[in-house]
Amino acid sequence: MRPRQPVVFWIGFGLIVALLAVAPLVLPVFWRRLLTEILIWGLLAMSSDLLIGYTGMVSFGHSAFFGLGMYGAAAALLSSNPPNLWLALAAGLIAAAVVAAFVAYFSTRLRDIYFAITTLIFSQIFYVIIFTWTSVTGGENGITFDRPPLAIPGLFSQPFTATTLHWFVLAVVTGSYLILRRITQSPFGMVLQSIRENERRTRAVGYAVERYKIVSVMLSGLFAGLAGVLYALQNQFAAPDFVFFVVSGETVIYNVIGGIGTLVGPLAGAGFFLLLREGFSRLFTVKYLAPVGLGGLAGMSYLVPVGLIFIAMVIFLPQGLLGFARRWLNR
Amino acid sequence: MGVSFAHFVIQTLNGIVSGMILALVASGLTLIFGIMDVVNFAHGEFLMLGAYVGVITLAATGSFWLALIAAAGVIAVFGALVYLTTLRPLLGRDPLTTILATFGISLVLQNYALWQFGPVARKIEEPFAGQFTLFYLDYPWYRLIIAGLAGAIIGALWLFLKFGTYGIWIRATTQDRVMAQAMGIPVPWVLTGVFAIGSAMAAASGVLFAPLVGVDHAMGVDWILRAFIVVVVGGMGNLGGSIAAAIFISLLDAYSSLWVSPSQSIIVSFVVLILTLLFRPTGLFAPTPK
Repeated sequence: MRPRQPVVFWIGFGLIVALLAVAPLVLPVFWRRLLTEILIWGLLAMSSDLLIGYTGMVSFGHSAFFGLGMYGAAAALLSSNPPNLWLALAAGLIAAAVVAAFVAYFSTRLRDIYFAITTLIFSQIFYVIIFTWTSVTGGENGITFDRPPLAIPGLFSQPFTATTLHWFVLAVVTGSYLILRRITQSPFGMVLQSIRENERRTRAVGYAVERYKIVSVMLSGLFAGLAGVLYALQNQFAAPDFVFFVVSGETVIYNVIGGIGTLVGPLAGAGFFLLLREGFSRLFTVKYLAPVGLGGLAGMSYLVPVGLIFIAMVIFLPQGLLGFARRWLNR
Repeated sequence: MGVSFAHFVIQTLNGIVSGMILALVASGLTLIFGIMDVVNFAHGEFLMLGAYVGVITLAATGSFWLALIAAAGVIAVFGALVYLTTLRPLLGRDPLTTILATFGISLVLQNYALWQFGPVARKIEEPFAGQFTLFYLDYPWYRLIIAGLAGAIIGALWLFLKFGTYGIWIRATTQDRVMAQAMGIPVPWVLTGVFAIGSAMAAASGVLFAPLVGVDHAMGVDWILRAFIVVVVGGMGNLGGSIAAAIFISLLDAYSSLWVSPSQSIIVSFVVLILTLLFRPTGLFAPTPK
């Protein structure tokens, strides 16, 4: 028997969701937008945590699933008239699922580093296809489209405002978190964790390890695609930059910063990373640097200090920000 | 579309030239992986920084060969420093953490270079302006010289590993780290040295290739991806396999760009990779594992 869910966990969960729900009503426009974006990147990071933290496979190809979710939603929004929210969601998820099935079939044949490299190269395949297939994807410039109204067929339909969009994103991300949490605690999730701990023994016990791996890559890809759809809804464009492997790398960074194997950690990591980005982008101007004698550093990309922080965390804090709470969060 | 014999010969030559450069990049990568279990994501950035050191030295001295040597030397020292500060603390941990750390290094170096050198690509003059006539083209001698030099560097590495005292140390460390240590080989310094050699090879290929494409902060990204493909197809940690795979893939790349645009021809190497994974996941040019 597992111990009962701690009440404290659900109280904390409810509080944080409530805070995130109230936030758009009080925050200024810029921060509200950033918060919505943190939630979306957090969902992407959470989806890859299912692989990194629970199955023990580091994917460097999540940008492919994210991007295909994005382009799938874009295709649905451009081809249906009037644009339909649910159609976009479905199309994005289907596109991501197809790609995830393809990638999963090939990449799960390999382990460890080879898995990481293979997923990376697969995401580049889709990047090249999207980048060069200009007539369909808009090539380098990407495509723009209109945001569909928030509608439930037969009940109501009204255009998204920034606040309702935030709530919609929050609802999807919270729901995904609960589903992912349930998955990791299910018997299926237990098998994934035993693959992480000892793959040979899991196979010897009689589990079809390959099949479990394929399903976990597909599930992970599906949620990454969902994040892509949300991002498309928020920004109303899809561009090949989001399929480039740097996005996958950043997803891994969110995981490592936040703490793998916690689901909440990657979201926190995404928040931490994006806040650092904002912070350093603002700091690295002559106005702030000149008084402390570092005027020469003005104009440097935020990725230099953030990258240094990341390297330091890999060396000194491999558990991540929330790693200390891993056991508690997974209870 | 008809493809004439002349096209074919020219593309064969192009494929071999870029294959030799790719082999040089990939053998540095595979050397580092095979001996120290480190997947060096920053390898492309060492190539890029090497090319920049080459550009600067060339501007200061005017000698291409001095630039080549300076780049290899500076980046070897730099690589050793990077190894000592970021990778040695990770020794003994999961090899995956080295991917994370080197990915961080690559982000930092790339964005540092963008800030330091600006977004505009620098040009290097070819050290030999000579050309010979190949069918209807004036084919530059320099390209053949690159291929030869890359081959010479790889050959020197092979001889060094095979016969040099330190090369034997390196091979001993690969085979059994603990036993090598017990026999008095300074394993930590061997590892540092290997990382320095690998970095120097990346830098040398950066300088050699620079006259063909120009030097910018993102030039490493393209190479690292191709080198990863080569290393997986060739069998990771297998020097001979990587070289064969580099030439094989570059030739296929060159031939396929007879029919499709060059930006799409990289898909051919992706297809080779997928087929390799399907039918021979240990690598196309690696001996069959028992």
